Parts: sequence; structure tokens; C-alpha cells
Amino acid sequence: SIGLAMNSAEQFFNSGHTNNWAILACTSRFWFNYRHVANTLSVYRSVKRLGIPDSQIVLMLADDMACNHRNPKPATVFSHKNMELNVYGDDVEVDYRGYEVSVENFLRVLTGRLPPSTPRSKRLLSDDRSNILIYLTGHGGNGFLKFQDFEEISNIELADAFEQMWQKRRYNELLFIIDTCQGASMYERLYSPNIMALASSQIGEDSLSHQPDLAIGVHLMDRYTFYMLEFLEDIHPASKTNMNDLFKVCPKSQCVSTPGRRTDLFQRDPGSVLITDFFGSVRKVEITVETINLTDSESGELQNESRSYVDQLPVSEIIHQKPKQKDWHPPDGFILGLWTLILLVFFKTYGMKHLKHIL
Amino acid sequence: MGLLSDPTRRRALISLLTRLNTPICAVCYMAGVAWFMGLAFEPFTLRMHMSENAMGSTMVEERFQAGERALVTAKEFGVQKNKAGGMPVDWLVKAMQDRGLEVFTQSFSRTLPFPDENKERFMVKGTNVYGILRAPRAPRTEALMLTAPCSQGNDNNQAVGMLLVLAQYFRSQVYWAKDIIFLVNEHDLIGMQAWLEGYHHTNITGMEWSPLQGRAGAIQAALSLELSSDVVTSLDIVLEGLNGQLPNLDLVNLFYAFCQKFDVLCTFQGKLQRNDWDSPSGYSHAVQTMMLMVLKQASGHSWGDHGLFLRYQVEAVTIKGINSYRQYKTTTTTVGRLLEGMYRKLNNLLERLHQSFFFYLLPSLSHFVSISYYMPAFGLLAAILLLRALNLWVELSAPPATEDGVANVEQQSSSGVLSVVTPLVISHLTGVALYTLPVHFQEMAVEHFPVSETEAVVLTAIAVYTAGLALPHNTHRFVSGEGTEQGWRVLKLVAVLYLAVLLGCTALLNFSLGFILALTLVPVAAGVTPHMPKFPTACVMVVLSPACTLLFSVFAFHELQETPLSFQDTWLLFLSVISQGILDHALYGALVFPLLAMLVYPCWLLFWNILFWK
Repeated sequence: SIGLAMNSAEQFFNSGHTNNWAILACTSRFWFNYRHVANTLSVYRSVKRLGIPDSQIVLMLADDMACNHRNPKPATVFSHKNMELNVYGDDVEVDYRGYEVSVENFLRVLTGRLPPSTPRSKRLLSDDRSNILIYLTGHGGNGFLKFQDFEEISNIELADAFEQMWQKRRYNELLFIIDTCQGASMYERLYSPNIMALASSQIGEDSLSHQPDLAIGVHLMDRYTFYMLEFLEDIHPASKTNMNDLFKVCPKSQCVSTPGRRTDLFQRDPGSVLITDFFGSVRKVEITVETINLTDSESGELQNESRSYVDQLPVSEIIHQKPKQKDWHPPDGFILGLWTLILLVFFKTYGMKHLKHIL
Repeated sequence: MGLLSDPTRRRALISLLTRLNTPICAVCYMAGVAWFMGLAFEPFTLRMHMSENAMGSTMVEERFQAGERALVTAKEFGVQKNKAGGMPVDWLVKAMQDRGLEVFTQSFSRTLPFPDENKERFMVKGTNVYGILRAPRAPRTEALMLTAPCSQGNDNNQAVGMLLVLAQYFRSQVYWAKDIIFLVNEHDLIGMQAWLEGYHHTNITGMEWSPLQGRAGAIQAALSLELSSDVVTSLDIVLEGLNGQLPNLDLVNLFYAFCQKFDVLCTFQGKLQRNDWDSPSGYSHAVQTMMLMVLKQASGHSWGDHGLFLRYQVEAVTIKGINSYRQYKTTTTTVGRLLEGMYRKLNNLLERLHQSFFFYLLPSLSHFVSISYYMPAFGLLAAILLLRALNLWVELSAPPATEDGVANVEQQSSSGVLSVVTPLVISHLTGVALYTLPVHFQEMAVEHFPVSETEAVVLTAIAVYTAGLALPHNTHRFVSGEGTEQGWRVLKLVAVLYLAVLLGCTALLNFSLGFILALTLVPVAAGVTPHMPKFPTACVMVVLSPACTLLFSVFAFHELQETPLSFQDTWLLFLSVISQGILDHALYGALVFPLLAMLVYPCWLLFWNILFWK
């Protein structure tokens, strides 16, 4: 029985992640972008319901819809028309609000490069065993996402930020969901391992909004997030639904745009990834009455292995990518010699007197 | 070498220009007129679309239901108006206070330069009453406005009734992000001007008004309501403002969108919309609508209370309810819902309306012509003037006939410019006389002739205008350089360039006025020389003079509105239009009368001088 306990302990320490984080960002402001705030809040609601605590959620909302002067139902943000579901609730904790939601702050949260005075609630304090869910929504285009009407984040910046996170061991696995127009362009350039990405539309397509509410006077949600919310409402902390079901959310008949995904950087098979691996915070608790001796030779070996910054796992060993086609250039010296030859031939043929026309 | 720097090529180009000058001018003129007429052709126009993102595509379900109460309130207002013999100030103040608004009044007074016979007023004293609905949660930085005029007799009672009922309905909603000001103004345009001047702390027109006690922030948009009957069959929108200024096209888009949503018959220039704009009858309908708009804009008169707002960068339109005894009626509740919808959309605005066009022509409510499409029509007409000027310049710099000595040439060229100054000064002095004499000497005229003050003013104006026609015979002795071929050419060159600049500047500010003046003055300017037969050319010139253009415009306006007039009626209307123009200038600062009197008329007089050059 001690062997069984040791086995489960080994299993415990060899499993993928031990904690869950979520970064949910709405990047657009103004009353007519109500639906982006509703999108973000509905994901927040699901994630909180499935167990991730507020201390491990970084919620960024670029504008205040609940208390906007134009809201006929103040202090509420609805996701379904006829006011069926108020996603604002009464225990929302917004970490970045208003103009604090900027590209710089977003990247700083991801990479952890925040000033020392930043409170804990505004930091992403993840480690190498954290599974992180990143959800972005707003107005986007081919290769960029608009923040706040005056700046943009490009897909290359995002990919580099994720690479920084990988190199600083800030995540175990990352699920990146984006609901904007041409959202698939944002995950095109990702190159770090263990990232799975979902987008609401392909390049060249617009993501459409779902339904307007005739009393409030705005569109309440975007289609992709609306159907994703309906899907998530059926998930509870113990459900075994996997990512393949999430991929089926919002087919073209309902969404009009074609949702896209990227799984080549992810090491596990999506069928074996539970929804609660990212959306919930399922703590692995193994109750045993035996005493387990952890200072074993096997585990000691693992601990003695030093990891210095330069010895980190190179990406190419993990991901089997196709080598990039390098264009062939002739060697540099060759070109220099060729030009010298041309000049010599020129001056020999026409004589040195023509030099004065050039000088 | 370049085209213009090579002497031989330059000479060839210039000879081409001088040889073909008249044909090119004729072609340009016809092209300009054809371009203008083609503007209303449906494939050349653009569809109207909402340009402002904040007033987006989603509409709200309107919940206003108090249409009947509006009619009851209107009756009550009518009774109170009759009892008070004017504006029932105390009743209105109490009514607005009961509905939860912050109410203030403003009194104003103005003595007109001469009695206004159309509206029968001379010394005007009145009070404006306005109530402010404060937005429940928003800072008081921006405001919307709804105004209804308090008119004589039983006019516009329903407008005030609707205003009060809407105020009560709006007061119970929590979603206002801007304050709403409800204004009932007395003596329509005069009261409105007094209120606007008080609100914006300006005093352009010399009116006396008491300062406003309550303010609400920068006004983003305003609607003026004119409803005079319980039954409404269609809604008309009036756009033309003071000096031909127009509101932002987005406001028209908003109105039209709501007309379509509520299935209300909406008209523009009193004409209904139709489905087949590209058929021949559709085209003529569109041309008529566009010509009506052009004539209204050219008059520089403010055709609704909204016109005075535009000067302060506040976009405003007037909505008139019309009862044309049709079978299909619109209930007052629907009109109220339409207004509620418009205000909820305007509530979503974040900045002033600026995304859509400020300069446009509307052949219908669903299509528009933007400035980039209509300006070339004027450009073609202005090009004629420039071609003529080039032609004259070439003629002036050509060497004279060899029998004259060199000294003669020098003497002529040196006296050339100075000889122009005298006709210029005399013409402009006549213009100044036309501007100042009618109003200043009306008392003297009334003493000596059996006419009323208004008639005195108008007839003095016509007298000064006609006296100007006699100038060339009497002033030639003061003009040096008379009888020379160079003299009239120099004068014509200066006059043509002056006209080009004048018309160009006018067209930029008020395209319609510039275009109509160009249509009649450009042929005069281009064609007149002293060598033409005097009497026929003089008749043609008088027919094409600004005053006759005005007469024909009045006639055309009534023809297009399908209320044709006889010559007698046209003449009387023409006289009243002159008096209205002078009054507009004195009361609201309209610029058409000073422009015509002090700039266009002297310019025309210069050409008259050239015709009679000896």
C-alpha cells in the first residue's frame, strides 16, 4: 500500500498543472461597445463559477457599462436579452479599469515586469505549473487588436510576449481565446510551446454580434462568446468534457464567421484536455493516511539537476517544426569582386579620361 | 523647353486662346448648366447613410404613449394663450415646474427698423420660457434641445402640448446622459435669436434681452417642432438656415431612418418620396426638389427656428407636422415615439455631429449630392470669367497700331489703371447708397409721399437701384481716359476678376446663391462690350441684373411649389421679399442684402458702365 501511495504521489508530481490563472481583457470603450464588456464578464462569470478565485483572475475592462449614464438598468450588464442573465452580479472584482487597460499594462501583466508598488491583485503571479486562460475581445483587424481607440497590439508583439512567458517559466499550458473580427490573425505568429488558440473568425471575416436588447438599445453579446457561454453553463467542476467539444461551439450556421483554432504548438491531444483544465480550478487533493518519504533517490536526482537561465529547453527540441526555407544569396565577397571586375573592364575600355565625368 | 517658356509655343497657345475664346466660353457655360441639371439624376447621387458610429444600427423600442394627453395639453395651452393675449408665461412656468424641470424665463425687446407687414409687428417685446431636465447621473456638460414656437392665434398649440408631454415622459427615464432643454419661444425667430444670444453670451444684432439664469452645457443638437393640427398625415423636415447654412447630414439621416421605422410619410420641400427615382418623372421630381432647396438656400433666410442655431455650431432641424387630409393618418403617439427615438439616439452621441457632410444638396430624402459633386458646375462658370480675363490681358499687352507713337502708348498704359478707379468708386458709392438710404430716409419719404414705412423703404431701394442705371451718362465727365479702347478693356479686366473672386467666395459659403448669381451675371460679364447695339443689350442686361434675377427666382419658387402666381402677385411678393431681406439683415445678421447691395450691384454697374463707354 505504501507503493500505491508512492505511485499516486509520483503521479501527483508528474501531472501537468497545479494552479489556474485567467486574464480576461476587454479592450474597447464607449456605450455602443457594450457587448465587449458583456463578453468578458460572461467568461469571468464562468471561470469564477468553476472555481478560479478572484485572486487568480486579472480582469481588465476598458469602460464601465454598468454605471454608464446611458444604461437604463444601472449597475447591471446583461448577456441575454429580456434581462435574463446579469453577468455583472454583485461580486465583480475589476483589476484594470478604464484607461489602465492599455497595451503596455497588458504586456506587463503577461511578462510580470510590473513596478514594485503594483498590488498583488493586479499581477499575474503564475509559475511553471500554472495553466493560464487568456481571453481577449474588442475590435480587431488583420494582425492587430485595437486598445481603447488610440493604440493597437500586433500579433507579433503578442507572440513575443508569450515567448517571454515561456522563457521565464510563467506557464505550463496556455489557452488563448480571442473574439474579434479577423481573430485568427492574432494567433498566426505564435511560436512558443504548449499554447492552444481559439478565434471567432478567420482572416477576412467579421465576427458578428448576437442580439440587440430593445430596452437597452445595444447589442448585448458577440455570437461566438454567446454560444461559448451557453456551452460553459453546462460545465460543472467535475465534468469531463474535453476541448474537442469546445472546438465545435458556434459552427458557421450559427456564427456566420468560421471559428478557427491552432493546436500544433500544444503537446497533448486536445481530446485529452479537459475544459476544467483551463476554465476551472480543480485542485488535485489526494487523501492518504500513510506517511510518504519524499527524499527518495529518484526525486533527489531530479532536484540536483541545475537549471540555469541559458540551459533552458530549446524550443526546437520540443516542437518539430518545419525548417524555414532560407533564400540563397551568393557569398558577400563574390559580389564585391564582381563589381571590382566590372569597374576595371569599364575603365580599360573607355580610358581613364572618362573618370573626370564621374568625379 | 517647356510649354509656357518657349516663345513660339506660347504665342501659338495664346492665339488659340484668343481665337477660340467665345466658343470655349459658350461650351463651358452649357457644360456648367448641364452638370447642374445632371446632379439630380439618380445614378449620379449617393445614398444616404449614417456616418456617426455612436448613433449606430440598433434601435430601441420606444415606449411613449401619451399622444392623447398631448392634444389635451395643447387645447389648454390655446385657452391660456387667448386669455393672456400672447405668451401665457405664468401658466407655462407652472406647467414645466409641475413636470419636474428647472424653469427660467428671459424677456427681450427689439424695435424693427421699419414695420414688418408680413408678421404685423414693429416694436417687439416678449418672453421666452425654458425648462431644463437635468440628466440624473451625468455631469452637466452637454445638452440637447427641443423647441416649440408660441405663435399667434391657434398655430403651434399642438407643438407646445407635445413638448410638455415629452418633457414629462423624459423626466421619468434614467438613461439621459445629457441635459435636455425645453424652450417655448415667443415671436419665433426674434425670440430664438434673443435666447441663443443670451445662452452663448454674444450680442450680434443689437437686441436687448435679460441674461439667462439657468444653463445646461454645450448644446449638441436641437429640434424645432411645428405642429398645428391634431391630425398629422405627414412630417416635413426643413433644413435651410441663416445665410444658407445647413445642418449636418447625419441629423437628416436620423430623421429619415425613424420615418422608415415608424412608417410615417415624410416629405422634403413638401414633396413625397417615391420608388422610381431613375425614371423620367422621377428625375423631374428630383430636379424640382433640388431647385426648391437651391432657391431656399440662396435666399439666406432661416426657414425655421432651427436656422439660427447653425451659426453656433449646433446642428438643428425643424420638423413640421402637416395635415393634408389624406386617408393615411399618423397618430400623435407615433409622432411622440419618433421624437423619443431620435432623442435616445442623440443621447448616445459622444462628440458633436461631424462625421457627415455639412455642404450638400438633397434631390430627395434618400439621396444626396455632396460638395465635391456640385462644385464643378460652379467651377465651369467661373472658368468663363478667367478665360475672358486672359483674353483681355492678351489684348491689352498686344502692341498697338503703328500710327500711334511710343509716347502715346506710355501715356495710355499709365492712365489705364487710374481710369478704372473712378468707375469703381462711383459704383461702390452707389452700392453703399443702396444699402443705407432706404432705411435712413424712410421718415422723409413718408412725409413727402403717401406711403407706409415699409413701402417707403422698398420703393427707395428700387429708386436707388434704377438711378444707378443713369450713372454712365452723368459721370463720364469725371472719368479720365474716356473714349480709349484701352480704357474699357482695363475696366472690364478688373471687373471680370472682381466678379470671379466675389462669386467664388459666395459659392464657397452659400453655393446656391453663388450659382444663381453666376448663371445670370457671367454671360453679362463675358459678353458686354461698348461696340454692341446699345438698346437691345441694355434690355438684356437689365433682365439679367440682380434685381430681375430675384424677381424670376420668386416666380420660379412659386411655380415649383405648384402655386403659380400672376405677374401682379409676383411683383407684390417681390417687394415683400426685398423688405424681408432688409429685415433679416437687421434682425438676425443675414448677409444676402449687404452682399447684393454693396458688392454684386456695384459689380453689375461696372459692366453697365462698360456698355455705355464712349
